[in-house]
Amino acid sequence: MAIEVRVPTILRSYTGGEKKVDASGDTLAAVLDDLDSRHAGIKGRLVTTAGDLHRFVNVYVNDEDVRFTGALETKLADGDTVTILPAVAGGG
Amino acid sequence: MTRYDSLLDTLGDTPLVGLPRLSASLRRGTDDGRQVRLWAKLEDRNPTGSIKDRPAVAMMRAAEKDGRLRPGATILEPTSGNTGISLAMAARLAGYRLVCVMPENTSAERRQLLTMYGAEIIDSPAAGGSNQAVAVAKELAAEHPDWVMLYQYGNEANARAHYEGTGPELLADLPSITHFVAGLGTTGTLMGTGRYLREKVPGVEIVAAEPRYGELVYGLRNVDEGFVPELYDEGVLTRRFSVGARDALLRTRQLVEVEGIFVGISTGCVLHAAMAVAGEAIKAGRPADVALIVADGGWKYLSTGAYAGTVAEAEDALEGQLWA
Repeated sequence: MAIEVRVPTILRSYTGGEKKVDASGDTLAAVLDDLDSRHAGIKGRLVTTAGDLHRFVNVYVNDEDVRFTGALETKLADGDTVTILPAVAGGG
Repeated sequence: MTRYDSLLDTLGDTPLVGLPRLSASLRRGTDDGRQVRLWAKLEDRNPTGSIKDRPAVAMMRAAEKDGRLRPGATILEPTSGNTGISLAMAARLAGYRLVCVMPENTSAERRQLLTMYGAEIIDSPAAGGSNQAVAVAKELAAEHPDWVMLYQYGNEANARAHYEGTGPELLADLPSITHFVAGLGTTGTLMGTGRYLREKVPGVEIVAAEPRYGELVYGLRNVDEGFVPELYDEGVLTRRFSVGARDALLRTRQLVEVEGIFVGISTGCVLHAAMAVAGEAIKAGRPADVALIVADGGWKYLSTGAYAGTVAEAEDALEGQLWA
């Protein structure tokens, strides 16, 4: 199952500078484990030791925030896109 | 009522208008007669042309009431534009000095408006976007303890302005509301309106649309420099979408072409999310009344190139800009 993962600038040191990398898995947790097996250490920047998403990291599956779709248990299907972004202040 | 004692008295009570053609385009191909309708609350019909007049005036009045803001005071605020413009107008009328910290990659129109109203602008670096504006403003606040930072990202009066204004207005105009969709920035609009609607309308969905900028804006040195507004409470939202420049531009143009409504680019994000949830309701055979916020008109963004040329050209022009 091919999932495209979009990696923000600050985490590209883990992916050899690549913006987009492939991973596989049928949940977000499985995809992040697979990602970490190819790009060691990246999962630790996204998930806390308690097993939750880092407060300042947002992850979207097909542009929807996973915190509202089951967090790390969010289901993924072939062709889905995972976008990782640091949480930044919005406009106002 | 069409006669007011002064400009500030025209704040709020904005019109809610149907989007019949867009709604019909979503329903095309379905013939079960169920109603899914989109509605737009035109917040550009506020004194300075944006929804930010609500929180700006509310924050200023709250600071006057609690004694923090006294005659002749200097107000400090990190802003990407609209809140600054609203504060500049209200500060001018009340006789306060205003210092805005604004990312340097914001549109020329916003700068000109601020300057015209008499505000001083301090630039923050483009890289890091509003994060940097907040950081610079916090440093300035520490250096100038006599300045009053209203701080829209953490000021409870911001959300309260929507709890007491935007929310009740929407419910009065659309008692059958099923979804509320708005842009996520300071989070004040979604927190205040969302809380009010959740208290009054069982099952209402509160949907956030967050602009996804170019990479420059996310150029933090590390994840710990990230920022979540103090006002933000995830529990108020039902869903949250990230919308990139291309989808925002397509929707912004669609709204002009199909309904004749000329909006700022952030409203394109909001419309994109609203169309998604409305489309899902149609697929599920559920009637829906989806209300979305038009935060401002398109006038302040003409110089960004968003409305000229092809969508691809406009997308290129927006790269690196803080367009919402």
